[in-house]
This record gives sequence, structure tokens and C-alpha cells, in this order.
Amino acid sequence: MNSTPTAPFKAHSFNGRPAPEGVPQEPKGPRMSGAEIFVRSLEAEGVEVVFGHPGGAVIKIYDEMARLKPRFEHVLVRHEQAGTHAAEGYAKATGKVGTVLVTSGPGATNTVTGIADAFMDSAPLVVFTGQVPTALIGGDAFQETDIIGITRSITKHSFQVRRAADLAPTIKAAYHIARTGRPGPVVVDLPKDMLAEEAVFEYPETVTLRGYRVPEEPLPEKIRQAARMIRASERPLLYVGGGTVNGNASGLLTALARKARIPVATTLHGLGAFPENDPLSLGMLGMHGTWYANMAVQHCDLIIAVGARFDDRVTGKLEAWAPHARVIHIEIDPSCVSKNVYADCAVMGDVRRVLEALLPRVEPGDTGAWLARIEAWKARCPLTFAQDGKLRPQYVIRRLSRRAGGNAVVTTDVGQHQMWTAQFFTFVRPRSHITSGGLGTMGFGFPAALGAAMGLRGAGVTVVSINGDGGFLMNAQELRVAARRRLPIKIAVMNNGYLGMVRQWQELFHEERYSHTGLADTNPDFVKLAEAFGCVGLRAATPGEADEVIEAAWRVRDRPVLMEFIVPEEEMVFPMVPSGAATDDMILRRFSEE
Amino acid sequence: MPATERKLTQQQILRMKANGETVLHDAPETPRRHVISVRLENHVGALNRVVNLFSARNFNLESVTVGVTEDPEVSCLTIVTSGTRRRVKQVLRLLDRLLDTLSVEDLAPDRLVERELCLLRIGYTKGNRAELMDVADIFRARVIDVTPETMTFEVTGPTAKVNAFVGMMRPHGILEVARSGRVAMRRALVYGD
Repeated sequence: MNSTPTAPFKAHSFNGRPAPEGVPQEPKGPRMSGAEIFVRSLEAEGVEVVFGHPGGAVIKIYDEMARLKPRFEHVLVRHEQAGTHAAEGYAKATGKVGTVLVTSGPGATNTVTGIADAFMDSAPLVVFTGQVPTALIGGDAFQETDIIGITRSITKHSFQVRRAADLAPTIKAAYHIARTGRPGPVVVDLPKDMLAEEAVFEYPETVTLRGYRVPEEPLPEKIRQAARMIRASERPLLYVGGGTVNGNASGLLTALARKARIPVATTLHGLGAFPENDPLSLGMLGMHGTWYANMAVQHCDLIIAVGARFDDRVTGKLEAWAPHARVIHIEIDPSCVSKNVYADCAVMGDVRRVLEALLPRVEPGDTGAWLARIEAWKARCPLTFAQDGKLRPQYVIRRLSRRAGGNAVVTTDVGQHQMWTAQFFTFVRPRSHITSGGLGTMGFGFPAALGAAMGLRGAGVTVVSINGDGGFLMNAQELRVAARRRLPIKIAVMNNGYLGMVRQWQELFHEERYSHTGLADTNPDFVKLAEAFGCVGLRAATPGEADEVIEAAWRVRDRPVLMEFIVPEEEMVFPMVPSGAATDDMILRRFSEE
Repeated sequence: MPATERKLTQQQILRMKANGETVLHDAPETPRRHVISVRLENHVGALNRVVNLFSARNFNLESVTVGVTEDPEVSCLTIVTSGTRRRVKQVLRLLDRLLDTLSVEDLAPDRLVERELCLLRIGYTKGNRAELMDVADIFRARVIDVTPETMTFEVTGPTAKVNAFVGMMRPHGILEVARSGRVAMRRALVYGD
């Protein structure tokens, strides 16, 4: 077999199956070019926004977009990687599928980081890549790359469409695959000659993929077993991940926790799935989670994992994690069950359906003693930071959280500011926190905010993007795109002049050798940078200035505002479970302060 | 590439004890060989996805054979891998997650029929020709190509038989060996069921 997959469609059949006899073989509809079929199919799919960048291989599509004036909007991003992150931000904020359109070769390879990010964080994405004409594939043509081969291990599925007649059904299938089950990215490769070929356009209403198994209804005996285990537990704990948000099950989860009086710890992607202002909330667990959430893990007798995958940043040393607990795992993807931690009761299925079935079976629990113990832990070791007149990043996050209220969508980049946001921003709604968790992609935060802002125009929601000085510069070029569209994104840049998280590890574990993490010499003037791109630039270096800058930023309604906060370089994220240590073996503060 | 085998976690040991199972502390699960049968969409690229999964997920892949089935739209893959039960279960689930796979089955050793084809070329002299033919006769191997100095045998059977045949021929100076890898199916009927 050669390495180039084709779309799984034979003439007038889907997935190789011949059309039933007696059905008219010739589809009815107007004949048009592949490029026009592409545009019409996106319209039929209800696509609202396409993040794209033109080039030779997709020039026909762009030509049709100029001619047809399609119902969807095209956002011209200035780098394809940012386009993919923007599509992920759009998808996570709205719950819809994000769409990306790029050309062949470098256009396609620039999307790879974004595709990998979406794959790790289960974001529904369809990425259309241009390709050289089919006759030239494999011959090292100009701007040719085997993007299907390159992305094979970071996509949920991929297609190369070699006949215009297969294009509409393939697009239908791609959106279906991206959206359903455990969401993920799908790549659709479009050879240039196929876009010129004519075919009859008919957008199919249904999809049949015989090898694609969407989750079945949860098994009633598993629901009964889970309910029994919850009833029998004295010290239960809900461990809630991003699958709860993806599965639109936050309301049911909240109802379950309140009905059975079970405390809730969330993962990074689970933030917002349960309101953090509820007394049952323990905030985030894991490496930089709260001490009390990790203590609850280590002392509970039952873990109810909901849409979570027992990531190493959550469990630390597996052998020592939750030693007294039995595990219920509610999960849509069977390959995540008993992968890292053995599940005593695996309830496979859509999280929403499982919780719907489970909710009436649980009873108000007698967890008073357990909750009192947790309250004592909360009082003993809350999240804190130094109040010494210096501008601490945690202070900035607290102020931003207070200013935004419950009505914001926050995107973060990767590093210290990401963990401080997880710790000090109060998330009360699902889809209000968007970050790069699995892949940890620096440069994700701002373009994701651009995508979220595009998806939430007119929704009365403030989009806040919190960044470090390192990651922000990796996709700062998109400032202009946001400015041109007058998106009032509130951008915070925590400038400590360092790659802060790497610096923290260098200080703690590498004898303070700060090898190549200093950024002060190569950082631009962020205020001028913002102004150069047509945004408002503001700077604060003291808590008082920070308050003023935040107020001023919220008064700007017609363009992005970049708030640069000059914060101390030595600030570290605590508490912390060192890599490979047990979760209750946390570093609570700087060694010198002990 | 040898997959790293994870020992039982502390929790698993605790749970197994709670369930009354005997646990040898720290005893790793013993890895064993598994034959996995996969029915796959017969279109280009599908095989790549399966093979790619093994390297991307750090699973051991001993042999792969592929061929079309009774349905020309479907091909059948026989994969031989080794690992602990838990690890192989993970492979099966990941294989099942691929869109191109129609069914995935771990064939239990006592419930499968398997065959491997081997072509073996050997140099011969007048002195050992008769002995070679004797060995070939025992293994029901056939000569499919012959020259004044060389003979090529075809032998079919379970992997162990093929191994034994190659072992018997080795002292006589093997020139070339090509093996198909295993092809396997579930048994239709097991006596004593």
C-alpha cells in the first residue's frame, strides 16, 4: 500500500459501500468546480468563521470566496499556527467546530503545532490544507509536503480528496468526526486539480462511517455499581476534567456534587466546570493545585473521575497517588480507562448521559465530617502570596478576576502566569477558561483569545488574555488582526524578564544556573509594540498603577488593550509537587522562607 | 523496540488484596505474545495508520501481515505483539479508536489457527542432497526452484514448525530466507467447549 490515503468514497457510495439498488445513481444538483463545492459545503455546514491564509494551492478557493461572497467570514491571520490556535479558541469558547484553511507545503506544516495542541486537548477542528495537483504528488513539487503523513499521529482522522465528487461528503464526514465522541482535529487535504474539476454539488444530510464508533448508552449495571460505591463512601471526591466541559455536563455535575455533598477538585481544563465560589470547590489539583485539593486526594476513599485522564501533572508519582481510594471513571474514550490508574468501576459513555442516569440514583450524602476536615485543611494552608508593596503577579490576576466578574472568557499561554491564573482567577462558568494544557504550547494564548473574541461577538462577554513576556511574542503579530476587527480584548502581559517557569525549575532543581532564560535583553517595549499594531498600550509597575491600568483598559471598547505588568523575576508558583514526587509531598514556599 | 513494562501500581496491589486476590508484591505482570486480528478498510493509508500507532505509542510490533478478505473492500491484518495484558488491552482500545478499523480481536493462543509461509534457499552437494530431501519430507516442504548448486524450499505451518525447519537446515548453509509473518484466524469450533 502506498502512503497517500484517499477519501473513502467510491462513485456514489460512502465508505466503499455501493449505493442501494433502485436508488438513482446520479446525484441531482448543479455542476460546479471543486473550489465552489468547498465554499458551498462550508455554508451548508453552518460554518461562521474560517481562519485562513491564502497561497498557490488554494488560490481557486480564495477566488470563489471573492466571487460568491459566502455567508461565513474569513479571518486573514498573519501566521498559520496562530490561525489554528485561533480556531481552537473559537471552538473552546463556543462549543462549535473551528475551521482553518491554509495552502500546501509551509502553509500546511505551520499548522502542525496547532493540530497537535487540539489533539492533546480534545478540541474539534477541521483543517483544510492545499496540496499540489494529484499528478505531481510524490515528485517533490514546489510547496509539496506529505501533510497527511506528518499529521497522522496527531489527528483524529484525515482525508485526501482526489475527486471533486467526493468533496462534499468528505467535508460532511470531517465535521461529524471532529464534533462527535471525544472531539479532535481532522485534516482534509485538497489537491489543486481537484479544486478545478467539475462535479455535481449535493451536500449530504447524513454520514455513515462503518469504522467509527460513537459512544453507546452507559451500561445500567455500571451506573448502579457507581451509585452503590458513592453511597458506601465516607470520603468521596469528584475529580473533574475537560471532558465535563466538552460534554456540556457542567450543570449536571454541579447538581450531583451539591445533591450528594461531594467536594470537587478540577484539572486545568476542568476549571469552570464547577463554580469555584461554591464551598464544595477545592480549586485545581495536581502539580500546582491547591494543597487542600491534593490532601483530599490522598485521604479520600473514593475518586469519581469525570471526563479526566489521570495526566501525570495530576497524579505525580502514580504508586503513591490516592492510596486509600477506589476509582469510578466516567469517560467517553475507552483508551483512557485504566491507562494510568486502575478503574474499579469504569462507566464508559458520554459524560452527560452518564451523569443524567447517575443523578437520580445518588442520595444526599452524610459527608459532614469529611467536609469539616477539608475546611480545616483550607484554613490551614490557603493560597497566598507576598503582600509587600511590590506588584505581585497573583495580585494582578486577583484584580483582573474581580474586574471581569463572572462574565469573562480567559485564555492563557503556558508557564507561571498560566498556573497563577488557574489558582487566583475565580472561574464560575464552563468554557470561561481556555488554555493549552496537554501540549503546553507557548504562543497559544493570544491567538486563542482572538478566536474566542470572534466567536463571542455580541455575546456581551469580555475576552481576557493573560500571557507571559516569553510566549506572548511568539504570536504577537495577530495584534493587528484583532485591532482591525475592533475586538476589545484585554491582554495582560506579566513581564518578569524571564521564561519564568523554566527559571523556577532552574532555581529549584538546577542550582540557580539561569541558562538562557533571561529575556530582558531581547524583549521589546510592549507598550510601543501594542501601539505599532493599532492597540492601546499601558504599563504598571506597582499595585496602585495596576488598579488604574485595569480600570483604564476596561474603558476601551473599540480595540485591544495590552496591559504590561512589570512583576518581580524571583516570584515562583507555589504550592508545587516536584516532578515524580507523591502528591502530598508538596513544596509550599521558597526554601529560604521556611 | 521493547516496550517498557510498568509494574503494578500501589493502588492496584491494594485493590487486588481487598478483593481477596493473592498478590506477589512488586511482581511485574509477565508479558506474553499476543496475536491480534484486525479487519480494516481496504484503502491506501489505512495500514499506515495502524503501523504508525505502534511506533507513536511505544508498543512492540513483531510482525504484520496484510491481505484482502472475502470482501474486497476489507483487508485483514494479523499483528503479533508482546506485552502485559494491560498493555495489550490498551493497544486494542487504541486500534479500535481508529476510524479505518472495522473490528479488532485479541486471539487467545488456544483459540486460533495460524500459519506462516517460509521460502528457504540452500546450497547442496551430492553428499547432502538426500539428507536435505529427508528433512524436507519430514516438514512437508516442497522444492519450488532448483539449480545444479541450489534448492529453494517452500514450507508452511505454525511459526514453531517453520522455526524448527530453518533450524534443521542451518547447519547445511542457508543462502537466503524469506518469511511471511503469521496469518491467523479464530477457530470456528473448539472441542470440549
